[in-house]
Amino acid sequence: MSGADPVVTGMGVLAPTGLGRDEHWTNTLDGASAIGPVTRFDADRYPSRLAGEVPRFVPEEHLSSRLLPQTDHMTRMALVASDWALADAGVDPAALPEYGVGVVTAASAGGFEFGHRELENLWGRGPEYVSAYQSFAWFYAVNTGQISIRHGLRGPAGVLVTEQAGGLDALGQARRDLRRGQRMVLAGAVDGSPCPWGWVAQLSTARMSRRTDPTRAYRPFDPEADGYVPGEGGALLVLEREDAARARGALDDGRWYGRITGYASTFDPPPDSGRRANLLRAARAALDDAGLRPGDISVVFADAAGTRAEDAVEAEALRSLFGPYGVPVTAPKTMTGRLSSGGPALDVATALLALRDGVIPPTVNVARPLPDHTLDLVTSPRRGPLSTALILARGHGGFNSALVVAGPGGPPSDPTQP
Amino acid sequence: MRAPENRRAVITGIGIVAPGAIGVKPFWELLTSGRTATRTITAFDPSPFRSRMAAECDFDPAAEGLTPRQIRRMDRAAQFAVVAAREGIQDSGIDPDALDRSRVGVVIGSAVGCTTSLENEYVVVSDSGSRWLVDHTYAVPHLFDYFVPSSIAAEVAHDRIAAEGPVSLVSTGCTSGLDAVGRAADLIVDGTADVMVAGATEAPISPITVACFDAIKATSPYNDRPAEASRPFDRTRRGFVLGEGAAVFVLEEREHARRRGAEVYAEIAGFAARCNAFHMTGLSPDGREMAEAIRAALAEARTDPSEIDYVNAHGSGTRQNDRHETAAFKLSLGEHARRTPVSSIKSMIGHSLGAIGSLEIAACALAIRHGVVPPTANLREPDPECDLDYVPLEARSVAVSDVLTVGSGFGGFQSAMVLTEPGSRGRAAA
Repeated sequence: MSGADPVVTGMGVLAPTGLGRDEHWTNTLDGASAIGPVTRFDADRYPSRLAGEVPRFVPEEHLSSRLLPQTDHMTRMALVASDWALADAGVDPAALPEYGVGVVTAASAGGFEFGHRELENLWGRGPEYVSAYQSFAWFYAVNTGQISIRHGLRGPAGVLVTEQAGGLDALGQARRDLRRGQRMVLAGAVDGSPCPWGWVAQLSTARMSRRTDPTRAYRPFDPEADGYVPGEGGALLVLEREDAARARGALDDGRWYGRITGYASTFDPPPDSGRRANLLRAARAALDDAGLRPGDISVVFADAAGTRAEDAVEAEALRSLFGPYGVPVTAPKTMTGRLSSGGPALDVATALLALRDGVIPPTVNVARPLPDHTLDLVTSPRRGPLSTALILARGHGGFNSALVVAGPGGPPSDPTQP
Repeated sequence: MRAPENRRAVITGIGIVAPGAIGVKPFWELLTSGRTATRTITAFDPSPFRSRMAAECDFDPAAEGLTPRQIRRMDRAAQFAVVAAREGIQDSGIDPDALDRSRVGVVIGSAVGCTTSLENEYVVVSDSGSRWLVDHTYAVPHLFDYFVPSSIAAEVAHDRIAAEGPVSLVSTGCTSGLDAVGRAADLIVDGTADVMVAGATEAPISPITVACFDAIKATSPYNDRPAEASRPFDRTRRGFVLGEGAAVFVLEEREHARRRGAEVYAEIAGFAARCNAFHMTGLSPDGREMAEAIRAALAEARTDPSEIDYVNAHGSGTRQNDRHETAAFKLSLGEHARRTPVSSIKSMIGHSLGAIGSLEIAACALAIRHGVVPPTANLREPDPECDLDYVPLEARSVAVSDVLTVGSGFGGFQSAMVLTEPGSRGRAAA
């Protein structure tokens, strides 16, 4: 199937761990956690006070003064990520066929910091104070629309909302578009706008960690796991049909990252149904889609929800698929927090860098996972040849997605003969 | 991914919550009567606003069978979606318990999600907009479900259909209702699923939505004549009237439907989405990106422009949209654009943002079934710039086997879908 699998030729990364791919990757390998006290608003009054914020991001350095008043913080980050992804791929979209490049992004709550200000304007001052940009700056489709306009991309548009899982679902939809004949799709997610209104919404889930020590707050699979820390950022990837990428010479210099070879999504039954969660089935279906056996997977990037119950579901799924301690598992998101739909997209970028350099980035702040989980959790960088990675993501409410990437060298066995 | 083997997606069930019509039967009666459901807003006091009208649903969730707990938990948009899905599932005659749940999915479209509940909750936690550092102790436990509208798709998936395959919410603004169904059909055609419950919902009639459209003067100012406020293609049109509602379908792989003897409304024969990359709210005057979406959808359906019997227009009733769209039809359909009937049901049920695309698909499927095309209400003064046959005021009986429906939305999104009479033709496999 490799000819039908899209190749990844570019990435744009804005993460708490770094502005740009290289800074993110260096800090991630160093285990340099970016989680700290919230700086964007006064969080002292709230029971959770830590976040993974993107440091030193100055929108004015990247975007025109015309764009600033009409964009939420997360859209500004997404626009910069789109610039970097296309530059990394060496692509000038204007040189490609007019409808040849699509955009698919995931969103979770839209530009809600912008929306929060306009709600305050409406209710605190009156309808005439609501921004003329509110009609599109807040809504879930804003990043896809703005990216399309910025780069003149007129191919198929897509916007998916499945909370965290959306970061993988956007790539899955892009892959489908490429299989239907699209040449190139810019896809992924950049998400999160820390503001009090969004903070209160996340608090309502009762899944956020209430610890104030950044080294102890988000510890998935740990005996002391007590929830997650939210964050902002994500990644956009340039996906191309292999023949189109080859035709423009993008595969000549060995700078491309790999292929998306498998993808699947499933949904959980209601919590009170007594039926099993479907994360395992998503992972298995993604492997089937890739034509791979569990033993072919070099590393798993875990969803790492950070609550005892959800961690147990994921650990059980990994044990069922790979056996106890059957595959290296890592969660570099312990350094960034959970970035809503941006998190899994960032995980895919990180996984591709891991395959490139033959090193698994660490999970931090988890000294030893709960023995019941039987996980080979990677807690310091682990070197060795890596060919394929499985990335898992779960979205609030029962959404499960799984995606398989292979490095440019491809998976170890012939994928057409599983 | 399984081999496609010429798989096709067909509509076997329809469920509707619409202004002036809860249910498929009253919906079709309304659309073919030419009556309008636009009126002065009753959901809240609209007096501070420029445009004070909407097409509202007279919807009683308890009477529609939702439990007190569901009513408390679900935003109005989720309530619409669940009620419409139940009707669609019943209409299809499918037995959810007889299905392989892993092969059943849900895609729901919505542009603004749970915006009404979000605004209501914001007012509580901010003490009516008086504090930026909102008070978490007043937040409802399911506030996050309002923030992230995939909760709507989850509610539908957990309800009657019990789906455990791919489930998602599609949110491409005002093309969400077309894109959700188009993407769901993709999942059937490419072999990921056999049955999809797909459609769209919107319940946007809240102060923040009305204020944001006021701010850009996109909505109709004809407050003294609410029943005549939505005037697509009319010379005097001055904007759209906000609507609400839901349409949810049961889509099935054609052989799956045939095996169980299901009655088919129509086949989703072609679908395409494009961006204009022009402006977040503006439209290019020549309509070329919408024309490209139409051409791509026709090509996928293997339908010649001359075969289109009816065009369901986006027809929002803004100055620029109706001109843009008329140009797009001429570009993509050529001379046939002047021969085929074109109409906008937004003249009657308003513009329900993300939901309207699915409500329009329902109108197309019903036009195929009944051989009647709905009219454009309130079209009394033709606009020289809009010079096609817009079926003014009265429904028309005409044999309909191939239909084109289009949508256009903020963000520059342009989508087109071709529906065909069952058995006539099919979209190319991926």
